[in-house]
Amino acid sequence: MALSREQIAQRIAKELRDGYYVNLGIGIPTLVANYIPQGMEVMFQSENGILGMGEFPTEDKVDPDLINAGKQTVTVVKGAAFFSSADSFAMIRGGHVDLTVLGAFEVDQTGALASWMIPGKLVKGMGGAMDLVAGADNIIVAMSHASKDGASKILKKCSLPLTGVDCVKLVVTDLAVLRLEGGKFHLLERAPGVSVEEIRRLTEADLVVPAHVPEMTFHS
Amino acid sequence: MSGFNKVVKTYDEALAGLRDNMFLMVGGFGLCGIPENLIKKVHDLSVKGLTIASNNAGVDGFGLGILLEKKQVKKMISSYVGENALFEKQVLSGELELELTPQGTLAEKIRAAGAGIPGFFTATGYGTMVADGKDIKMFNGRPYVLEPAFPKADFALVKAWKADTFGNLIFRKTAANFNPMIATAGKITVVEVEEIVEAGELDPNFIHVPGIFVDRLIKGTFEKRIEQRTVKK
Repeated sequence: MALSREQIAQRIAKELRDGYYVNLGIGIPTLVANYIPQGMEVMFQSENGILGMGEFPTEDKVDPDLINAGKQTVTVVKGAAFFSSADSFAMIRGGHVDLTVLGAFEVDQTGALASWMIPGKLVKGMGGAMDLVAGADNIIVAMSHASKDGASKILKKCSLPLTGVDCVKLVVTDLAVLRLEGGKFHLLERAPGVSVEEIRRLTEADLVVPAHVPEMTFHS
Repeated sequence: MSGFNKVVKTYDEALAGLRDNMFLMVGGFGLCGIPENLIKKVHDLSVKGLTIASNNAGVDGFGLGILLEKKQVKKMISSYVGENALFEKQVLSGELELELTPQGTLAEKIRAAGAGIPGFFTATGYGTMVADGKDIKMFNGRPYVLEPAFPKADFALVKAWKADTFGNLIFRKTAANFNPMIATAGKITVVEVEEIVEAGELDPNFIHVPGIFVDRLIKGTFEKRIEQRTVKK
């Protein structure tokens, strides 16, 4: 079975470490906040100017001056800080954020990622994504492995306009965990019940498959 | 006005000198921390042909969206414009020019404009269409894109929380966003705030933007519309 959105987030949460400052993109990455391992302290950075973003507010705590990068009302945790957009991107570009999780339409084995523009559809903008991928050493891409009609999104070369080059390291899809190393994707883990053959079939990029590929496990 | 007192009483005074074809920077992220009354006044003054640098373009009927309705904007420079149906229509029809700029680069182009830095190198956008035609330079084995600063804005429109009469500013929560840099980057910087106190009443240790950057200051009342009201279930 392919992973649900929640399971992709759950798997990515295993990459969190105590004391990490983390930026989560919109969509599946946002769900990672629901699966912080017990006993671990993690702070979420929101690029509109929060370190220490908390959960959504109760109705009586809604504050129009306190939103996240998705323009949703939020709260902050103990020890949070607010700052300008220039300071925020100094954190991001300056490599101070420990982990960035973001979505993508396509990734490729050169390390490039496409996430912001589909030609022919209206372009809404890249927001902070280009800065995030350029600034982070530690990026996890959360995405679906292939389109509904079976076209791979793990490619030799991205076909869509790029968000950044030389930035992809770890990819968690609904089918697999892949690490990009030496210009090839290495298959590290597979979704429960998904065969190596199926992953191979839906991966256009060069794929290195070790003798044993463990299945991911999830606690419900 | 006398000495360092920056306070003006009316929005006509606040935007005196605003003309067609000017370059404006406007603070805010989404609808959070936008100078909503200054934007309304720009609307009422019916100036046209504006170029506006602002992270977003408002929504239909509020924020910068109301300037689009009157076709006052020639060009928007933004990082994300997804929330506005009218905006889409005008871009697709070619009435409105759009220059998409990565959010961090946008912030830095504004900061640099205010700080007297004509350009800077950033890794952001290297290898993408954003870097097309721009100079690339290697530093420590990594390619960086030369991004020019903006020119100073003819008018920089800012929303702050509190100010003293000398224009020392304090922002509140995420309503700061682009406002602190935009305050530094105007030929004329106009700030609207929720509260103005006498000079000396704000603790100098906690000023976000010093009054030297501010030319005109006005007290407004704010609707503070929320774009995505999201509550815990």
